[in-house]
Amino acid sequence: MVPRFSPAATALLGLALAAAAQEKPLAFTGAQIIPIAGEPIADGVLVVHRGRILAVGAAGSVALPAGAETRAIRGKVILPGLVDSHSHIGGAQGADGSAPIQPEVRVLDAVDVRHPSIQKAQAGGITTANVMPGSGHLISGQTLYLKLRDGRTIDDLLIKLADGTFAGGLKMANGTNSIRTPGGPFPGSRAKSAALVREQYVRAQEYKARLARAGGDPEKTPARDLALEMLVEVLDGKRIVQHHTHRHDDILTVLRLQKEFGFKVVLHHVSEAAKVATEIAAAGVPSSVIIVDSPGGKLEARDLTFENCAALERAGAAIGLHTDDSVTDSRHFLRMAALAVRAGMTRTGALQAVTLANAKMLGLEARVGSLETGKDADFVILSGDPLSVYTQVEQTWIEGAKVFDVADPKDRVYAFGGAGAGDPRRVSLCCFGSAWDIIVAANGGDQ
Amino acid sequence: MKPAFPYILLAALAATAPAATAPLAIFGETIHPMAGPAIKSGLVLVRDGRIAYVGPAAGQIVPADHQVIRARVVTPGLIDARTTVGLSGLLNQPHDQDMLERSAPVQPELRAIDAYNARDPLVAWVRSFGVTTLNTGHAPGALVSGQTMIVKTGGTTVEDDVVNPAAMIAVSLGGSGVVRAEGTAPAPAAKSPGTRAKAVAMLRAELIKAQEYARKREIPDEAKRPSRDLRLEALLRGLAGTQRFLVTAHRQQDILAALRLAREFNLQLVLDGCADAHLVLAEIKASGFPVILHPTMARANEDAENLAMDTAAKLAAAGIPFALQSGYESYVPKTRVVLFEAAVAAGKGLGFDAALASVTINAARLLGIADRTGSLAAGKDADLALFDGDPFEYTTHATGTIVSGRLFADGPH
Repeated sequence: MVPRFSPAATALLGLALAAAAQEKPLAFTGAQIIPIAGEPIADGVLVVHRGRILAVGAAGSVALPAGAETRAIRGKVILPGLVDSHSHIGGAQGADGSAPIQPEVRVLDAVDVRHPSIQKAQAGGITTANVMPGSGHLISGQTLYLKLRDGRTIDDLLIKLADGTFAGGLKMANGTNSIRTPGGPFPGSRAKSAALVREQYVRAQEYKARLARAGGDPEKTPARDLALEMLVEVLDGKRIVQHHTHRHDDILTVLRLQKEFGFKVVLHHVSEAAKVATEIAAAGVPSSVIIVDSPGGKLEARDLTFENCAALERAGAAIGLHTDDSVTDSRHFLRMAALAVRAGMTRTGALQAVTLANAKMLGLEARVGSLETGKDADFVILSGDPLSVYTQVEQTWIEGAKVFDVADPKDRVYAFGGAGAGDPRRVSLCCFGSAWDIIVAANGGDQ
Repeated sequence: MKPAFPYILLAALAATAPAATAPLAIFGETIHPMAGPAIKSGLVLVRDGRIAYVGPAAGQIVPADHQVIRARVVTPGLIDARTTVGLSGLLNQPHDQDMLERSAPVQPELRAIDAYNARDPLVAWVRSFGVTTLNTGHAPGALVSGQTMIVKTGGTTVEDDVVNPAAMIAVSLGGSGVVRAEGTAPAPAAKSPGTRAKAVAMLRAELIKAQEYARKREIPDEAKRPSRDLRLEALLRGLAGTQRFLVTAHRQQDILAALRLAREFNLQLVLDGCADAHLVLAEIKASGFPVILHPTMARANEDAENLAMDTAAKLAAAGIPFALQSGYESYVPKTRVVLFEAAVAAGKGLGFDAALASVTINAARLLGIADRTGSLAAGKDADLALFDGDPFEYTTHATGTIVSGRLFADGPH
């Protein structure tokens, strides 16, 4: 990151903020806790410390650590921070119009972390989001799994993996969005779309084989190819394909390609999932579903139904939900879970679909998606039943730092709207949004 | 509202059409008549498309020929005060998009009744969420895009369903389609104004032209009178207030521009959208004009970037008459659902009763149809929505919708 402070000042800030992010353990008591991993706890205790969950359980079963600060929040409901498996917050774009397959393009290089859509997502209780490029390409680029910390730069929101890389997937799409007028580089039909994708993955297989044969010998190693490198990551199962697909036959095409190349894939939108729920379940491929207010708006969404989640659940498939912000507003993410229940999904399944199921689709279930000891202290405090229209998101916490508080007028405008709701969040040296800013400033990245 | 001749004709046709409906007896655990307090263990009797009785069930004898229906919660049929359903079809392909004509920026002569497709699937879609009445027609996106009409969601023919074939004249100020296309919206009409000030100047010039036309039509010598001009005739109805101007304006400066125009030409306005209403509550209140507030589910961008989920509550607190709407968007989803819009308002400070009023009786009053619909009372149209719980809870189902006495239970949604 760009150093804006002198080393001495940075060290001081770091010290000051370390204290703010629970040098002392912080315990929330009296709330109903819905841990997702396990049954709801009527009178629960959640203890967080140094950005992680120290303990979660029923009152009386959790020993409060010495020196813990306690906040009694009787009447409230605590959920894990919501995970959105498909979003476009931050105003980022991916591939351009030059070609239908551009796996080398990174959303990383385009996200505006001060964009108001990120603050609105916090206000909706979202703590982790898969920020994607669009669906107008067969492969439109690399996605980013972000923690929605109050960051100054994109580096502050990244999730660093054990191997030093940043978490993210690869966005693919089929159907009409990536089909364009014939004559240019884009496919003019569905079969051509699939052929172009197969051709590219075959090339990646060959590239991978050449790399293996070279055995590190610089003479024999092929020249670096950013696009093929990315597809090799996919072939190696290190990067999950996040695949836009609507129509039932397009869904089956994705499953066919998945079988041929063996990559990990998540089906996104799946407007006609109910028609092929058995096939989706049999393939063992998870679905990230969107529910919008009405079908239509495009031919492929003609038969979109609220009942996709229930159909997939009955078939035994893994189901998540996503906002596709701005197709739906991040502040209404819990509403989508409620609409899934309206159309027959179980309440348990619907709450998983906005938390742990999505975490699994991003490969982040070890860190987020449920309230369990050792996981990141990402949680939401609600005024009541998560599925009720009368419930408000009151606070959103990420890694032990509060990033949204409806009682703070600066945050409230992003939750309710009003003058300034469309403006970027102001970040300055004097007024950091949360403790996280300064910790990140001091330590330079994801912890 | 002074009904024009075609209105009377069509209303007469409509009155004869739905006579085939079976009489209904609807038992509601809670009935919200919106014309008095909620009724516990209530009953609504429906005969010949109208309400014959609403009140406590106790002591009432249901005639044997009535079909008995039971619901946890009964409300008046919901009214969507501003939509393009029926003109902007579900598929969003060129052949089913009739909400915006792009050949010229000012075309008040375009009638919704000549474009409304009663069988578009979105009509049935919104009906399955309790919506029985639409103020639908030409979309924002041209300076004067055409007219709206009020229609029931019966879904057979426009003649069967129409309530008022010429309700309002749609005007767009600000950037919402006039100056530039919004998002993926179609390009604005040819020769559209390029700036806000130009839009208002063009509108003033058109209204003055209409006033001159009216004077010349009064010339005693018939030979010297100008020929009939459908466009100017429509504007004249707007100037006379028989067909109000529905002015879409989101930014506060556009709302104020609309009020300035109204003062200059003594216009009767209905303000539409009004994302910035929270900034100019006093001015709106002083004007006396009602507001059809934007859907909060709509994308909060461009002119509507500062829309707020609690504006409905603020309008109510200020005493400004308002109704809610599904509005118009050019992409997925193809329509919002006014039930969900009222739900957000209810949850963000407006509360249950006022939220329900904003999509029933208050919407009916705003649209000038409260004598027929919007509340449950003997003699009114049998427009009802049935639910298995609080209508605004997302997990509740709309178990049936009754439009002019005709039961639709093809949900549940």
